[in-house]
Amino acid sequence: MNTVIFRTLAPFLTALMLLFSVFVLLRGHNEPGGGFIGGLIAAAAMAIYGVARGIQPVREALWFHPMAIAAFGLLLACVAGLVSMLAAVPFLTGLWIYPSLFGVEVPLSTVMLFDLGVYLVVVGAITSIALALEREDI
Amino acid sequence: MQSGMMAMTFVAFCLPFAGALAAPLLTRLLGSRAALPLSLFPLAIFVHFAQLLPEIGRGEIVTGGYMWVPHYNVSFSWLIDGLSLTFLLLISGIGALIVLYSGAYLKGHPHQGRFFSFILMFMGAMLGLVASDSFLMLFVFWELTSITSFLLIGFDHAREASRRAALQALVVTGGGGLMLLAGLLVIWDVTGVTQLSLLLSFGPEVRASPFYVAILVLVLGGAFTKSAQFPFHFWLPNAMEAPTPVSAYLHSATMVKAGVYLLMRLNPVLGGTTPWETILPAFGGLTLLVGAVLSIRQTDLKLMLAYTTVASLGLLVMLTGFGSEHAAAAAALYLVAHSLFKGALFMVAGLVDHETGTRDITRLGGLGRAMPLTFAAALLAALSMGGLPPFFGFLAKEEVYVALSGGSLRSMAFMLAAVIGNALMFAVAFAIALKPFLGPRVATPKAPHEGPALLWLGPMLLAVCGLAAGLISAEVHALVTSPLASAIAGQPQVVTVSAMPHVSLALLLSAVTIVLGVAFFLLLDRARLAADRLVEDIGWGPDRGFDQFMAGLVRFSHRLTRLLQPGRMEVYLTITFAVVAAALLLPLAWYGEWPRLPIWPADAQFHELAVMALAIAGVFGVLTATNRLNAILALGIQGFAVALLFLLFGAPDLSFTQFMVETLSVVILTLVMTRLHLQPRDARPLSQKLPDAALAIACGLGFSLYLLKVTQGRFDPVLTEFFNLYSKAIAHGANVVNVIIVDFRGTDTLGEIAVVMTTGLAILSLIRIRKSVAGSAATATGPKKATAGDTQR
Repeated sequence: MNTVIFRTLAPFLTALMLLFSVFVLLRGHNEPGGGFIGGLIAAAAMAIYGVARGIQPVREALWFHPMAIAAFGLLLACVAGLVSMLAAVPFLTGLWIYPSLFGVEVPLSTVMLFDLGVYLVVVGAITSIALALEREDI
Repeated sequence: MQSGMMAMTFVAFCLPFAGALAAPLLTRLLGSRAALPLSLFPLAIFVHFAQLLPEIGRGEIVTGGYMWVPHYNVSFSWLIDGLSLTFLLLISGIGALIVLYSGAYLKGHPHQGRFFSFILMFMGAMLGLVASDSFLMLFVFWELTSITSFLLIGFDHAREASRRAALQALVVTGGGGLMLLAGLLVIWDVTGVTQLSLLLSFGPEVRASPFYVAILVLVLGGAFTKSAQFPFHFWLPNAMEAPTPVSAYLHSATMVKAGVYLLMRLNPVLGGTTPWETILPAFGGLTLLVGAVLSIRQTDLKLMLAYTTVASLGLLVMLTGFGSEHAAAAAALYLVAHSLFKGALFMVAGLVDHETGTRDITRLGGLGRAMPLTFAAALLAALSMGGLPPFFGFLAKEEVYVALSGGSLRSMAFMLAAVIGNALMFAVAFAIALKPFLGPRVATPKAPHEGPALLWLGPMLLAVCGLAAGLISAEVHALVTSPLASAIAGQPQVVTVSAMPHVSLALLLSAVTIVLGVAFFLLLDRARLAADRLVEDIGWGPDRGFDQFMAGLVRFSHRLTRLLQPGRMEVYLTITFAVVAAALLLPLAWYGEWPRLPIWPADAQFHELAVMALAIAGVFGVLTATNRLNAILALGIQGFAVALLFLLFGAPDLSFTQFMVETLSVVILTLVMTRLHLQPRDARPLSQKLPDAALAIACGLGFSLYLLKVTQGRFDPVLTEFFNLYSKAIAHGANVVNVIIVDFRGTDTLGEIAVVMTTGLAILSLIRIRKSVAGSAATATGPKKATAGDTQR
């Protein structure tokens, strides 16, 4: 695991995987993908970075404690549900708006917010487990 | 009720909780002076409900409320008749005085704000309890009073006695609350109504029901524990560990009367039957005597009062169940009189304690000159408790004797109990009102002087009310006691008894009571010794029984836990997988539903076969691996092969997830292995390997057969069609799997991510327990697999 090639490439790989995970997350509504899968990809990216560079750089790069990220995700998912209640429809009913940004119609929804919450919970929970296990590495 | 009044009533029920929220902040800002603004909350409630007096006095019933969960017919609704209104006024009126009193009593206490908060919360619960119309609200508030009482009794949580008393009260009254819940459910089942106001017209149905006795036992279980009836009386004296304002408020005037309230409320429904008129008077009468005798035995002012409270509650239960013509009126009068004089006497006891540093009656004397106002309040209250004219207590006692003077053997037995009990309570009342204040001055820990106004205001006001109510009895009857008695009896009642003594059997009995009471008072020291010896001779009591019960419960739980949780990972895993195998295989064998053998797919493509071969190779690799790391990697190969199969057969989402889960599983399993510091090779002896292998094969076989059976069954495509049809149309998504996860079944997903999150937290904390590294990291793999399973949907 300690090869120079791996250590040099790992950050680029991680960046690419993170980008890909967001892509998978966003396209999930119409194509294969979604919050769960995206979250797992991002967690794998973190694991690669951790194996290559050690856990301290991962923690620094994440900025927040991974469990806090997971908690924020859960909060986001709940908020997505509550927004529906404010609009006087049952909890977690999907609401859609279609704002026009630079002439392009962008569909936004509480469902997307919810999926983002799922993504963050999965990334946060799995990364924090992996980091905790790696802490006293060999 | 017009909507404006209804909204006001709703606000009145919410006010105490608002006060409870504001209390800590106010106390931080104002210190003990926060009592003044905080007492406005109960005062406002008192004023609001006092407006209803004329209406209720005319015999009307005020109901109102809002639907809460219309789907289940659950409402937040109230029923205010004479019974509820009397309680509402007592709770809010005495509550206001108690808040003021505790402002001075706990002045300078570091947690005074918390105390105010608890007591206001209790007030809210109690108000809700006595006004609730729906069963559910009744139960919720009932248990809420138990919980707030727990917090208040254990307020001084640094002392072990407080904690024990708090827990005891919670276990006894909370357990009773569960019985009440069961009783209410049975009533619901029998009658189909969930509201007291409707239930009142279902009396004959309930009494004729074959479940009547069950209902009775369950309801009485709730009422007797709450109202401290023998043999559940023991928690009440122990609750005297609470600060005195709590004792005065909860454990004399209000909460302990909740059980009596319930019995009175249900008297028109459940009453009038032989079991009712046997059990209630029998337990009530016994409680009256036991409480009175035990109160004589005490030297602590609060404990003396606590046991007389037990006795008074017994008297109330006895009257409620007695069923004679004047019994309802007697119960109504005694209820009001008792709340006034007992609240006052408790506050006096606290005042004496506060100013002298002791409340042991043998170490107090001659305080009358130093504390004249306290003395006056104590004397006024004692005169009412002793039942002397023209105090309200006298009216109550007269009516009690009228109710019991039926002439039958049963009446005479209970009358004897009432005379003896009342005489003993008379002695205790005057022991408390006279002994500390008269006679030679006894040195006390603190030099006595009159307490601040807030401390003597409460008892004085209550005691004066006891006198005033006796003097203007006609008005009190019209507004309070007659509607109250009518609600208890379930039919209109007119209370007429006045403070004017008139020659009758009841007056004679009153005189006998007073003579006996004076005799007990004069012989108090000797009576105390006698009562003491009696209790010593009996030796065992329910209080000790409670300790034995709790100790037994703890021992039993400990043994059960040791049995189920021996702390060995192998045992846990073996049991888990054995249960999995049994759950899969036994139903198939039991119903003989074995699947047909699958037909070899003749049109299998080469690449499909190759992937299958890869999976088998992976399993083979796991079995033959020479070290653990290789085994994990081989398991990963098998998982990847399965993921490929998913991909080939049209489940891209599933396969996608499976790939990621397998990757992460390999990484995390490897990390766990390195932390466990295991030997690289598996060193199990053959004798252990064989049973493990059998278990593994059984599980694998079970899953395979089960899946085969499922796929061979007829497939119902209704859901598939539904989702395919509506996924794009109403959820705006083409990926049906994801639309199901985040939209159609979003609440499921919300639950699942909460589980993922919680599992993560659990694993994190297990890993952080350094000392048991081995155990923690090994468990970590279990939930990990579970989350992986979740994500594979």
